[in-house]
Amino acid sequence: MSSRVEILNDGGFRSDGRKQYELRDITIDLSQQGTADGSATITHGLTQVMVTVFGPREAKMRSQTLHDRAVLNVEINVAPFSTGERRKRSRADRRILELAAAIESTFEPVVQTSLYPRSQIDIYVQVLQQDGGLLQACINATTLALITAGVPLLDFVCAVSGGVHSTEPLLDLTTLEENDLPNLTVAVMPRTRKVTLVTMETRLHVDRFRDIFELACAAGQTIHKEMKRAVKDRTVALVGAMDAGAKHPLADPDAMMEDR
Amino acid sequence: MAEITIRKRPRTEAVVTQRKFFKKTARGKVIKVLRERYLRDDVACGIHSCGLCAHEADVLLPSSGSLHHASFGDGHFVLPDTNVFLSQMDLMESPLFSPPIILLQTVMEEVRHRSLPLYNRLKALVKSDDKKIWTFYNEYRSETAVIREEGESPNDRNDRGSIRKATAWYNDHISLARPPVRGQARPPLPTVVLLTDDVANRQKGEREGLTCMSVTSVRRYVEGLPESSQLLDLLAAAGSDSIEPTQAVAARQALYPDYLPTATLLAGIKSGQLHQGHFNANAYNYLEGSVSVPAFEKPVLLIGREHMNRAVQGDIVAVEVFDEKDWKAPADEVVDQEATLKNDDADDSEEEGEDDEALAERKVLQTELAKQTSTTKQPTGRVVGIVKRNWRSYVCHIDSTSLTSTNPTSLSQQTVFATPVSRLLPRIRLRTRQAPALIGQKILVTIDRWERTSRYPEGHFVRALGKVQSKEAEQESLLLEFDVPYRPFGKAILDCLPPEGDRWVVPPKSATDPNWRDREDLRDLIICSIDPPGCQDIDDALHARRLPNGNIEAGVHIADVSHFVHPDTPMDHEAAARGTTVYLVDKRIDMLPALLGTNLCSLRPHVERLAFSVIWELSPEAEIVNVRFTKSVIASKSAFTYEEAQIRKDDPKLTDELTESIRLLNDLARKLKAGRMAAGALNLASPEVKIQLDSSESSDPIDVEQKELRETNSLVEEFMLLANISVARQIQETFPQTAVLRRHLPPPKTNFEKLQDILKKRRGMTLDVSSSGALAASLDVCVDPNEPAFNTLVRIMATRCMLSAEYFCSGSVARDTFGHYGLASPIYTHFTSPIRRYADVLAHRQLAAAIGYTPLHASLHSKSHVERVLEVVNKRHRMAQMASRASVEFYVGLALKARSEKETVIEDAFVIRTFRNGLGVFVSRLGIEGLVTFKCEIQFDADNYVITIPSGGQDVSIAVFDKVKVMIEVEQDKNTQRGRVVMSLSHPIDSRGM
Repeated sequence: MSSRVEILNDGGFRSDGRKQYELRDITIDLSQQGTADGSATITHGLTQVMVTVFGPREAKMRSQTLHDRAVLNVEINVAPFSTGERRKRSRADRRILELAAAIESTFEPVVQTSLYPRSQIDIYVQVLQQDGGLLQACINATTLALITAGVPLLDFVCAVSGGVHSTEPLLDLTTLEENDLPNLTVAVMPRTRKVTLVTMETRLHVDRFRDIFELACAAGQTIHKEMKRAVKDRTVALVGAMDAGAKHPLADPDAMMEDR
Repeated sequence: MAEITIRKRPRTEAVVTQRKFFKKTARGKVIKVLRERYLRDDVACGIHSCGLCAHEADVLLPSSGSLHHASFGDGHFVLPDTNVFLSQMDLMESPLFSPPIILLQTVMEEVRHRSLPLYNRLKALVKSDDKKIWTFYNEYRSETAVIREEGESPNDRNDRGSIRKATAWYNDHISLARPPVRGQARPPLPTVVLLTDDVANRQKGEREGLTCMSVTSVRRYVEGLPESSQLLDLLAAAGSDSIEPTQAVAARQALYPDYLPTATLLAGIKSGQLHQGHFNANAYNYLEGSVSVPAFEKPVLLIGREHMNRAVQGDIVAVEVFDEKDWKAPADEVVDQEATLKNDDADDSEEEGEDDEALAERKVLQTELAKQTSTTKQPTGRVVGIVKRNWRSYVCHIDSTSLTSTNPTSLSQQTVFATPVSRLLPRIRLRTRQAPALIGQKILVTIDRWERTSRYPEGHFVRALGKVQSKEAEQESLLLEFDVPYRPFGKAILDCLPPEGDRWVVPPKSATDPNWRDREDLRDLIICSIDPPGCQDIDDALHARRLPNGNIEAGVHIADVSHFVHPDTPMDHEAAARGTTVYLVDKRIDMLPALLGTNLCSLRPHVERLAFSVIWELSPEAEIVNVRFTKSVIASKSAFTYEEAQIRKDDPKLTDELTESIRLLNDLARKLKAGRMAAGALNLASPEVKIQLDSSESSDPIDVEQKELRETNSLVEEFMLLANISVARQIQETFPQTAVLRRHLPPPKTNFEKLQDILKKRRGMTLDVSSSGALAASLDVCVDPNEPAFNTLVRIMATRCMLSAEYFCSGSVARDTFGHYGLASPIYTHFTSPIRRYADVLAHRQLAAAIGYTPLHASLHSKSHVERVLEVVNKRHRMAQMASRASVEFYVGLALKARSEKETVIEDAFVIRTFRNGLGVFVSRLGIEGLVTFKCEIQFDADNYVITIPSGGQDVSIAVFDKVKVMIEVEQDKNTQRGRVVMSLSHPIDSRGM
């Protein structure tokens, strides 16, 4: 029997009450986590990912260092309680390795690695809860964690997933939708409008690709605004806490983040 | 680009917006499910000129609601609960039931969970133009969203939360949206009426402060409507009884055994103790039915009412098979329901335990068993449960004897019997106030339920179709009976037609025009079409010419329907749903709008038309040297009828190019046919007659004649077969997973056993069914030198033993089952009639993609989609065939009636079946089958298919295949006013009065 949940009903609502182009609720927490240099927890609807960044620091293994730039090392840990079915995944699980490789290759051209030769930047991803859009959450959280760690980036990287229901494009899919629809994840650099990642594991008709791809790129801009605001708020809070008495010349924190 | 926003979901509302539950899978694993939902304030209420909601849709509810109900003078909207849609769908669908309806999302989803067919009807209803229905997505509106409370059943939650809360919200919303203006009297506010038949829900609603008036039962509500007397009949029986059961029902004695619980059924089927299959009633004997199950070669026999246990034709049932010692042979007697049960009273249901009728039935069964001599026993069993009901609306007649009062003005409620037109169905008991008015009419009746205490199923009246015997009523009842969609095409569909309408022409040739892209210009070819007389939808044309190298170029040009019908448009969806054009004797129900079917796509002579061409290079021996496919533009030079083409071909004086090309084609076709026959193709026969209509106005048939077959028929047929086979090869090669093909499975050998036995015993002939070639050969020798029609008869009977051909998706069946048995072709499809068959349209699209003309639409890449479409098309195809056969039968009946008024109609007939008390005969000249029954005692030899009739010391024996003369009368059934054909023997013995 086919699923009795309608992906997109006649009123234009999706199964969770969103419309086609509406993204799920995003919450961002940039508070300090232990000894990590930078950390971020992001929630897209019910998908929650925490990323901690260590580095740049001296590489543990000599053999893996590069003399002209830093090495990105991504490790992912999926919590057994993150999915409906409780299941322990080994760290060498092929899907997880692939996910890590996707994140690594997404950030390689964005992080200014050439500033830190012979060093290593460790990115530890903790998947706390999954409800679709895992890769997008991982990438967005990594961007934020790198920013809080003060690692120089060329730009934000904002990822979003999209799918097609018959001919209608949908954004930010839940697990239910992901299982049903052909979907892709796009990561964009919002200022330069460059795309650093497009990945697709299902078959999508080529005529539909353009629509959904352009839409996902536009959605990246929306997510960027949200991420930027979170970073700004965090910075304001930190600056305020740094010195409660003296007025800092950088009273307007926005100046720090002004777009070029 | 659409605006992209982020929905916010405050964590403080997580109680309402987030839901966690655990569920156990079939394998026993426990899975945690976490869902969220986003509540919004922009879910519109759908009421016209509402000050609080922004509306984009154009279909809105009127701002004052409906003012036509007696109890709600200030206007009202109706908000029905789930059960109303589940049990009263006919009421909702009635055009007389017109108040604006608010349909809650909760209700819609519950309907969807409970019954998909009803859900689909509901969806169609929402989309239809003549109903004012607004779907309110209450689960997404922040004020009306609810969660299930501890210990509350899902049903209660839906009732409480969604339905009652939404009703209350609506009433508040209306008063908020129209605030009183200072200094003016507050305008009357319409109310939202919660319509429910659930007593508990009603009481709770009243307690919760929904005003008493705004919660009402369906019956009470309908009583207040102006058209109540007609609408009340549409109420399903369940509406009045099941919720407030009366004492009488409970006290009644059970006539049928209870069904087993579903879980037991499924487990039984899985373990092989029970068998699942479609229930088939026996048209000759209403006390017998059968179920074909995979476990047995022969169908499982169900004898007697109790063992059939309330199964209705078409239901999927679970049967239990008895021990082999209890197996029986099918009855060899004709038992007519009306004759046996004519005295059963529709009203006295409470005494239905041991009355005369039951005794009479039992007697019939017992005598039958006692007489049984034949040894061919069949698995026998009983129905223990229903897996799925396949009830629909049935065309019926009211049985006038069941009426208590025939006073035409009587409006008292009466319980009457409706006799379905189909002999396969039981009588239906229904309650109506219009009974006297319905006598002599064809009416539509739906079965609601069949209690174990009631001998007959209970139903309700849906609508009247018109007077019996009137052509309109007969036609419509035919279409309904065979589920043919016959509504006129809607606006959305007609909008898909080219805007130029019938002035559309092929644009002048140019390199840039999109119509000419990749199209070959074949306008100069001598192309002609050959069709039956009066054909308007010409979808094929032909040409042939000699090539300089001695070979022959032959081409089949098919109307390029896929140029006009694009995938995923309303027109495409409608065509897919219709599946095929249905031809009745006096009417054609088109698959595509007439503009396309009979004009733009029809390859009319002397007009330029777009075509899809298959062009072969054939050797003079008709072997394919080369084949190519191309989109083209053609201009047919002439449209012939079969007869004209034949005359032209046979006229030696004509030597023009057109005639020559027909001769060339004919020559090739003869060779192609010979080749096909050698490969083992079957030459089948079906009783085909043609109705000669007097004139288009009166359309009274004057005579029935047999269809004539000319050489040119076979000419066209051969080339169409060749085109279909060539196309099938091409698309199968390009799209091995999703090609749309057609196949004809070889029939199982057991199907022929009876025919083989009869032929052997009666005529000493053998039928070799080992392969289609062998069968064709052995059919050829089944000849009676004195009786030319005998061979045709055997062919007809052999055809009935076969399976029917079907469309399929190449990826879903094994490669070795692709073959077409009847045509002896390893692969086949339908390509040549895209105007009237949807499968052809799909084949066109696939072929266009295969030659790189257009990319293939995404849906045709999906196996499941193609399968789904073809399943519908297969069903429609079957139904269309039956409908046109029934239409012919009706006209044959009319012709007979006209003739029998002038003279006694006596026709030659062949005996095709023998019964203990009668004969089944086939009248080949009229193409009808009939039954001759004898009331007196006759001797019956089942093993040799002979009956012996004693007549004054001299016995007359009649056996299967004997030629007899029958007297045919059309008798009007006194009870139901239904005309029916009655036959009696006139030679070798006059059986009137016997």
